[in-house]
Amino acid sequence: MAQHMNLTLKIWRQKNDKTKGQFVTIQANDIADDMSFLEMLDVVNEELTRKGEDPVYFDHDCREGICGMCSLVINGRPHGPKYGITTCQLHMRSFHDGQTIVIEPWRAAAFPVLKDLAVDRTAFDRIQQAGGYVNVNTGGVPDANEIAIPKRVADEAFESATCIGCGACVAACKNASAMLFVSAKISQFALLPQGQTERYERAQAMVDQMDTEGFGNCTNTGACEAECPKGIKLSNIARMNREYFTAKFFREEDVHVH
Amino acid sequence: MSNSKPALSSSLGRKLIMSLTGIFLCTFLVVHLIGNMQLFKDDAGYAFNNYAYFMTHFTPIKVVSYLLYASIIIHAIYALVLSLKNKAARPIGYEKYDGQSNSKWNSRNMGILGTIILVFLVTHLQNFWWKYHNDQVPYIEYRTDLATGATAAREIQAADFNDFQTTIENNVEIVKARDLYKQVDFAFQNIGLVILYVIAMAALAFHLIHGFKSAFQTLGLSHKKYVPIIEFLGVWVFGVIIPVLFALMPLYFYFVK
Repeated sequence: MAQHMNLTLKIWRQKNDKTKGQFVTIQANDIADDMSFLEMLDVVNEELTRKGEDPVYFDHDCREGICGMCSLVINGRPHGPKYGITTCQLHMRSFHDGQTIVIEPWRAAAFPVLKDLAVDRTAFDRIQQAGGYVNVNTGGVPDANEIAIPKRVADEAFESATCIGCGACVAACKNASAMLFVSAKISQFALLPQGQTERYERAQAMVDQMDTEGFGNCTNTGACEAECPKGIKLSNIARMNREYFTAKFFREEDVHVH
Repeated sequence: MSNSKPALSSSLGRKLIMSLTGIFLCTFLVVHLIGNMQLFKDDAGYAFNNYAYFMTHFTPIKVVSYLLYASIIIHAIYALVLSLKNKAARPIGYEKYDGQSNSKWNSRNMGILGTIILVFLVTHLQNFWWKYHNDQVPYIEYRTDLATGATAAREIQAADFNDFQTTIENNVEIVKARDLYKQVDFAFQNIGLVILYVIAMAALAFHLIHGFKSAFQTLGLSHKKYVPIIEFLGVWVFGVIIPVLFALMPLYFYFVK
């Protein structure tokens, strides 16, 4: 039998990216503890809609922790008070009756608020488009396992590739730095044979785009790693630095003048 | 994918400069500590004053000292530039920000800790470096009987002092030196200064517990073999042993001498 609770929500409301926003206090009554956090917001929005008010905008899609759309800084932490989950995987049993919950959007100059709690994360898309891919020529279908990849390397690349691009790293970082995201995307290709051709151009292009978007600078606090729903490790940032400095100082194509 | 802007004007390039200057400043701390341990010798400053003369007049050391001044300035300026850029990256802050649940306090406050260290450095240089270089310290003469090895020290007036010199007359070694040791003793009778030094060393400890390992992470040096060694050095050598021994110096002169 689900327990029910009444909550006070302090929610950031903002009409659009041109206007200033402010916090609005909304009561959420009769919330079941087996609801997800997003379902709780659905209940709140149904109530607001019934009253003829504008529902609270927030991002969501798959609701099973793999798409990276849901965001929200809940009581000062991205994706709320648990580790290794997204907001859709956060349940109301993590809160108690009578609690006040502060709900804010990701805060970063590079992630402008579109409306209420929804932010524009296309900066991440532009970083990906700058180099987060491999060029593959069309042709015959290659044989499976034609390219041998050591198991450990494949595992490490897979770990990096589990990044869902949600932006919690940026939201958690006191500097709004995107280095965990960018380093995961650089790492997954740097580790694999398919990524070698564009390896060093990729590192430079993605870091350049990251800087252009106006993200902050990493100070190695580790907040990103702690808050990442997919457990992307700080060692990715060390790898990105190696890739970038190697590209800048030792890259074969640039070492000698021809 | 196109070729890109210069390395050192990128975010990673600026971090690289913070890292390299920071590591260089750490190596300086080791040398500075070992030299200053001579303050604990009960020899009226004979060893320390000789050392102070050597450190300010030996050319290779002088070259390194200019590198050191440059590193301090560059480290501070880049820290300021990066902090301003980081501030600009989040123009609207959080109403509620639960930092302690995902990171250490010192890692989030390197700027404040660094500012305390910078204020300390200005005071420190003014008290000792500036006074030593501008003839504002007392002078001392050591007479060592080379037969017995016994040393007698007495303060001398500016009129009797030309430059640091060592002469031997009648089997007695006479050393005339600027008495930086006396200046240290004098400065650390001021309880306010002693407190500032102890606070600054605490700030240094917390700065380096994060900063030392952070510098290697920035260089990309992350490996399961040597990261534990880096973390051990960062915490125990740079976070505990070095700041504690430095902090003992003002405490020793205030309470013991």
